Amino acid sequence: MLFVKERPGDNVVVRRARVVDPAQGVDATLDIRVDDGVIAALGTDLDTNEHRVVDADGLVVAPAFVDPHVHLRTPGREDEETIASGTAAAAAGGYCAILAMPNTDPVIDSAAALGSLVEAARTEAEIPVGFLAAITMQQDGSELTEMAELADVGAVGFTDDGVPVTSPGLMRRALQYGAVTHRRIALHCEEPTLSRGGQMHEGAVSAELGFTGYPSVAESVMVERDLALAAYERQPLHLLHLSAWESVQALRRAQQAGIAATGEVTPHHLCLTDEAVRSLDPNVKMNPPLRSESDRTALIEAVKDGTVTCIATDHAPHARHEKDVPFEAAPFGVTGLETAFAALYTHLVEPGLVPLPTMLERLSTGPARAYGLEAPRIAVGARANLVLLDLKASYRITEQTFRSRSANSWLIDSTVKGRVRATVAAGRLVYAA
Amino acid sequence: MGDIHVMREDLRPPEPPARRHFISIRDVTRDDLERLLATARTFERSLEREVKKLPTLKGRLVINVFYESSTRTSSSFELAAKRLSADTMSIKSSGSSVDKGESLKDTAITLGAYDPDVIVIRHPQIGAPQLVARATEAHVVNAGDGKHQHPTQALLDLYAIKQELGRIDGLHVAIVGDVLHSRVARSLIQALALMGAHVTLVAPPALLPRGIEAMGCETTTDIGAIAAADVVYVLRMQRERMQEGANYVPSLREYTARWGVTPERLRPGQKVMHPGPMNRGVEIDPRVADHADALIEAQVRAGLVTRMAVLYDLLVGAPAPVPVGDPVEVA
Repeated sequence: MLFVKERPGDNVVVRRARVVDPAQGVDATLDIRVDDGVIAALGTDLDTNEHRVVDADGLVVAPAFVDPHVHLRTPGREDEETIASGTAAAAAGGYCAILAMPNTDPVIDSAAALGSLVEAARTEAEIPVGFLAAITMQQDGSELTEMAELADVGAVGFTDDGVPVTSPGLMRRALQYGAVTHRRIALHCEEPTLSRGGQMHEGAVSAELGFTGYPSVAESVMVERDLALAAYERQPLHLLHLSAWESVQALRRAQQAGIAATGEVTPHHLCLTDEAVRSLDPNVKMNPPLRSESDRTALIEAVKDGTVTCIATDHAPHARHEKDVPFEAAPFGVTGLETAFAALYTHLVEPGLVPLPTMLERLSTGPARAYGLEAPRIAVGARANLVLLDLKASYRITEQTFRSRSANSWLIDSTVKGRVRATVAAGRLVYAA
Repeated sequence: MGDIHVMREDLRPPEPPARRHFISIRDVTRDDLERLLATARTFERSLEREVKKLPTLKGRLVINVFYESSTRTSSSFELAAKRLSADTMSIKSSGSSVDKGESLKDTAITLGAYDPDVIVIRHPQIGAPQLVARATEAHVVNAGDGKHQHPTQALLDLYAIKQELGRIDGLHVAIVGDVLHSRVARSLIQALALMGAHVTLVAPPALLPRGIEAMGCETTTDIGAIAAADVVYVLRMQRERMQEGANYVPSLREYTARWGVTPERLRPGQKVMHPGPMNRGVEIDPRVADHADALIEAQVRAGLVTRMAVLYDLLVGAPAPVPVGDPVEVA
């Protein structure tokens, strides 16, 4: 279900790394030898066998990250991102796999559209990429796509991300058909009659700035509806970019009741609140919007306690001229692939809000499992998917920093700590800085 | 001694101010507001002279850019600049390159190429003045951005209140009506709170933005609350900003019946204000609008002198110009 440029695996030895693989219970200083892209040995003072040596003294090596929520803008807006540029950006962010959303132009709602993306990925993708297909034709919420065929062509899952599935009846049908496709249904939860015109979270800040509010309840009523339908149909589901405490509460209750529901949160919702919108910087405008401090606290708690097992960037590239307008006119969305780890490390790990192993797990194993993908792991015999992290490096993020074709990052001109030094994805050294 | 000229300390031209803007009341202090009000008062006296034009801003360029219709604000900014001898230019969205799809940023860069000292901008979108401030070197004055801010309106309202009642501190002001869509209300709540007034918002529930109390005001849906106020500030029902089918109130008829400001709901001596343009018979009863206790004309007059004060303050800086004119030479 993941596609990448066909290339032979690399031969690499990573020296003296602090290897942290929370899912394997590993935290030790080790060498890692990769032969032809496969982890061949873990130990101390391993022979280099004329392999390329990467000195990781002082660095953390962890299973590389998996981003379950990326907008590659292809087809249709190749000026904003392509499979090549998006996967290169992901490599620089420490990712070994990403999942692309189908809200492109045209929408990925047919085997032909998906097939051409798969072909393109096989020649362009720097790291493995998977594709979600639409739940409904044109994502207009009226007619199901041919999900079984799409699954055969390689769809990792199904989503109408960008817009909600407003009809409960159709939502039910999509969940029912999940029993045939065995693919995850991923939902953008938003009740449009409650969010209409909304520019930011509804609260004291929107009241003061004059923006039409997009209340938390617009998300959580839809979360509640979809969880109720999933429970009734006994089907799994995945909740995209949760932003409100009511939503994670609902997810927690559903999980306790035995519903196979997973959820994701974004780095920006974990790091920022609606106070950031006071800057009127279009790079803090996204859907769902940044919410209050109590929402942020609830999201952090959910990441810690495992209610939310996935961190997803919702990487949403936008052309510069489209963001360089008044806040109110700007499109929703920010980039995140190249800044996710640094943002999370700076705002959450270093201040002690989330332990490093938990964060690493939510960036890698969690998202892979949510979509039934093989989780990256550091073990002999496993394909090498590694990220080398320098936790001491601080640096300034500028517009020139990005491999993405777009630079609509909320972190521009800020100084962060925690740098990706190298990424090995599917056995290939795809990034080294 | 004849050739030694000493300039009195307080008349020495002040240091050129750091580039400042007047975009939001949130950016200013009570001292700033007091200074602007005092400057406006000085200008009001100067306008009582036979020759009303002052040479203060001679050679300066003020560009007014209006992307929304306006009578009061655009005319008073234009006249304020002219009374201070600045050169002025007015750009309206219709008939300009905006019609051809030019972005606000490109329009701002184009106008910036003329080296304007001040750009006054009104725009339907929140954040437009900030964009102009980023794109040009000019001082930017916000003449209204969407539902966000209209800071010179707040300043003129403070001025009118102070002229009429002699003070602002300790007054109770009730702001009635469509707070949700009102940039006037947002600026005014902040300005009144800064000046020490007590503010009560009175509106139907859906027109009271959730969380607005954090700006330093209280809220109620009971129109009876206006009886306790010294000043009743009536907002316009902004039908043009309301989304189709949003049902903020069941009908205008019901709004007027429940929240219209009528003589029966006022006490004698209460002052009534309205930022204009009025919907007579909707939010305000014509008998109230035309009553002697209405300060509506005083508000319009205040608009000229307060906007003169804002332009002066940005370009020349504090303190207020006691004698306006050439520096006095002291032997």
